[in-house]
Amino acid sequence: MSLLSYLINGISLGSVYAIIALGYTMVYGIAKMLNFAHGDVIMVGGYVVFVLASGMGLPPILAVLISMVVCTVLGMVIERVAYKPLRMAASPLAVLITAIGVSYLLQNLALLLFGANTKSFTSVVTIPAIVLAEGQLTISGETIVTIIACIVIMVGLTAFIKKTKAGQAMLAVSEDKGAAQLMGINVNGTIALTFAIGSALAAVAGVLLCSTYPSLTPYTGAMPGIKAFVAAVFGGIGSIPGAMIGGILLGIIEILGKAYISSQMADAIVFAVLIVVLLVKPTGILGKEIQEKV
Amino acid sequence: MNKMNKTTKQNMVTYAIVIIAYIIVMLLGVTGHISSLMEGLLVPLCIYVILAVSLNLVVGILGELSLGHAGFMCVGAFAGSFFSMCTKEAMPSGLRFLLALLIGAAVAAVFGILIGIPVLRLRGDYLAIVTLAFGEIIKNLMNVLYIGRDETGFHFSMKDSMALGLSPEGKTIINGPQGITGTPHDASFTIGVVLILLTLFMILNLIHSRDGRAIMAIRDNRIAAESIGINVTKYKLMAFTLSASIAGVAGVLYAHNLSTLTALPKNFGYNMSIMILVFVVLGGIGNIRGSVISAVVLTLLPELLRGLSDYRMLIYAVVLIAMMLFNWSPKAVTFRERYSLKRLLSRKETPDNHAAQ
Amino acid sequence: MALLDVQNLCISFGGLRAVDDFEIHIEKGQLYGLIGPNGAGKTTVFNLLTGVYRPNEGIIRLDGTDITGKKTIEINKAGIARTFQNIRLFKGMSVLDNVKVGLHNHYRYSSLAGILRTPAYRRVEKEMDARAMELLEVFDLHGEASHLASNLPYGKQRKLEIARALATNPKLLLLDEPAAGMNPNETRELMDTIRLIRDRFDMTILLIEHDMKLVSGICEALTVLNFGRILAQGGTAAVLNDPQVITAYLGE
Repeated sequence: MSLLSYLINGISLGSVYAIIALGYTMVYGIAKMLNFAHGDVIMVGGYVVFVLASGMGLPPILAVLISMVVCTVLGMVIERVAYKPLRMAASPLAVLITAIGVSYLLQNLALLLFGANTKSFTSVVTIPAIVLAEGQLTISGETIVTIIACIVIMVGLTAFIKKTKAGQAMLAVSEDKGAAQLMGINVNGTIALTFAIGSALAAVAGVLLCSTYPSLTPYTGAMPGIKAFVAAVFGGIGSIPGAMIGGILLGIIEILGKAYISSQMADAIVFAVLIVVLLVKPTGILGKEIQEKV
Repeated sequence: MNKMNKTTKQNMVTYAIVIIAYIIVMLLGVTGHISSLMEGLLVPLCIYVILAVSLNLVVGILGELSLGHAGFMCVGAFAGSFFSMCTKEAMPSGLRFLLALLIGAAVAAVFGILIGIPVLRLRGDYLAIVTLAFGEIIKNLMNVLYIGRDETGFHFSMKDSMALGLSPEGKTIINGPQGITGTPHDASFTIGVVLILLTLFMILNLIHSRDGRAIMAIRDNRIAAESIGINVTKYKLMAFTLSASIAGVAGVLYAHNLSTLTALPKNFGYNMSIMILVFVVLGGIGNIRGSVISAVVLTLLPELLRGLSDYRMLIYAVVLIAMMLFNWSPKAVTFRERYSLKRLLSRKETPDNHAAQ
Repeated sequence: MALLDVQNLCISFGGLRAVDDFEIHIEKGQLYGLIGPNGAGKTTVFNLLTGVYRPNEGIIRLDGTDITGKKTIEINKAGIARTFQNIRLFKGMSVLDNVKVGLHNHYRYSSLAGILRTPAYRRVEKEMDARAMELLEVFDLHGEASHLASNLPYGKQRKLEIARALATNPKLLLLDEPAAGMNPNETRELMDTIRLIRDRFDMTILLIEHDMKLVSGICEALTVLNFGRILAQGGTAAVLNDPQVITAYLGE
């Protein structure tokens, strides 16, 4: 029974990673950049909900929606101000370092506004826990909401990309920016849209993460951000189902590692698995092999 | 030849900058113009410079992105510190520290080879994330490592200090999350500067040698390098290992500057690796002298802004973003080229900048 | 015995036979052309000869030694050097250093000697400089030795790539569209240079080219590829007058 409950916890944590990883992977696919600040957008999402729901007493759903809007705008502003001018830069490292700068900026803004001490986050989930097998297995409301949210997002995103013009444009831009431009696709707009969606997802992930692990600091987003990035690479960066699979596997590995091997070593185990996967399949589980043309 | 003289001259300028900075600091120190806060920063400054220069070998000269540099520093720090703890009473401090530095370098180099062999065939961002992962694993392992010694020899555990089963006279040397306590304070600013000069000497001379050319050829065009018989794996590994080993030296210096050595996210986590990468990129990718200068400026900047207390890291972040945009955005680059002082004064085409100064 | 002797060379990519039953025999000192319409598999042949791809079938012999399936580095050491269709220089390095990288395997000193700048380092570097300058002079690039390779004009970049390949002291030089992007004047100059290389270095050269003036002007023998297969092979004049070849080039 305990294995089952660990598995469920793992899937729940993995679902959060998957939602973050989706943002990472979409941005990577389209802008070919590692958005190091993505994790910090999660943290911003958490603080917005904290202020609105716990501070101002707004209904949780409304708080979450506002938080999504705030993060969406934030994501687009970051892209416009900090990343877009560097899109044609001589070195891809330039935009990476700028993203690190944005990450520092968001963390320190939060530090200034909210202080360094941990805020205890009140869960936005009001669904009661499900108790199964005569009390031996409890599935918390947060877990249920997280897993459902993840499935809904996954299905919604896949449909968006397959069925809508904007989604097709995203695919086209990620394949070949130049060709997409020639086909009349608004490349800049498409990239902005990708950042908007990724950031809105980050807000959702932030709320879910803080509801499950209810402590919020300016650095809350950093490690989940890195882990989600690992998950995206793990599944094959640029691939949406890959981010999903990578995220969930990572969550399961982390929780099982914590439970059965060593709680201190959980992170090391996650990273070790990533290394093994990449050494066996250098582009991740669902990643495409790219051959350099001679 | 003319070109030879030019690079030698460039190198001499770099050494001179370091030596002059050292003399100035020493003079200020003698005349009592250095606050105790600044004094405490001198050895860390040396450490950051060494780390930045050594990372530039991988990022700028080899052209591969590594985010695990702090991991090698961590390995070097623990290896060197462990050695010093074991030989604390056995030898004079000078010899002991020299050996500690060599051991730190050697152990970090071994890790460099062990990690480099499997990962260097990955490219770009994949290499970045795998090196980050290795750095985190190393930091994590140090937190569960327990080594003690008693009259029967060394005892080792990954569980806790009790599991070492030491006799009552035995002593725990590496104590898991508490790390190593009581490393002798052998590091000094002078030693730090000497190590900077040695690092610069090694890397600058390497760049202008046969090996350095092979490494840069791989950076510029791997396929072409292979086509003219350059052993890509060998030279990638050489650059990566040398860089790791120098980071190990920086780690030994770090360990011998503090009484307690622990592996925290702050000192050996990916954030540290990223900070060093920031030094390298702002100083100019492949520009060794730039790494020295940017490591110094960016380490001092937050301290100089200390008066602004809470706002200092915020300002640091804004400055970082602004500098990146100014330095790298194609629009800003064109703007600067058009209105550059040099050009306005001389009205001449800017001469070629050699990639590695 | 032929310097390059290739038999029954085949490679497929995902079911598509990119090169099928390719064979070629090039004598020492010959100037040989490999021509054919776009997508005929010419560059793929080069990639097979230089170990970028491993052939599915066939055998490649250089000067009597079997080099089939060897790695690019080993093949270069065995004596094949090449240039690329899309120029691949070491752009962040000087013109001189580009050639010196080509000399890498022929001039040696230890890594330690390089770091310590021992007399051995100084002596070997001097020799390398001299040899590299000699090569650059052949291509009239010695005046730009200290320039960054990426700052050279296009035509000179092509020449530098040839100089770099020659620096590895090959037995066989493969040139992939050396005249691409050149104006008629530059092409004429290039033809002289190629002849000069052959005569001065006693070199055997196999080149891919679309410029028929260049091909008919300097190549002694030709192989025509079409859809991965050999369409015609033999002396230049005979091949160029072959009705099949004319059809392939001009269409029906």
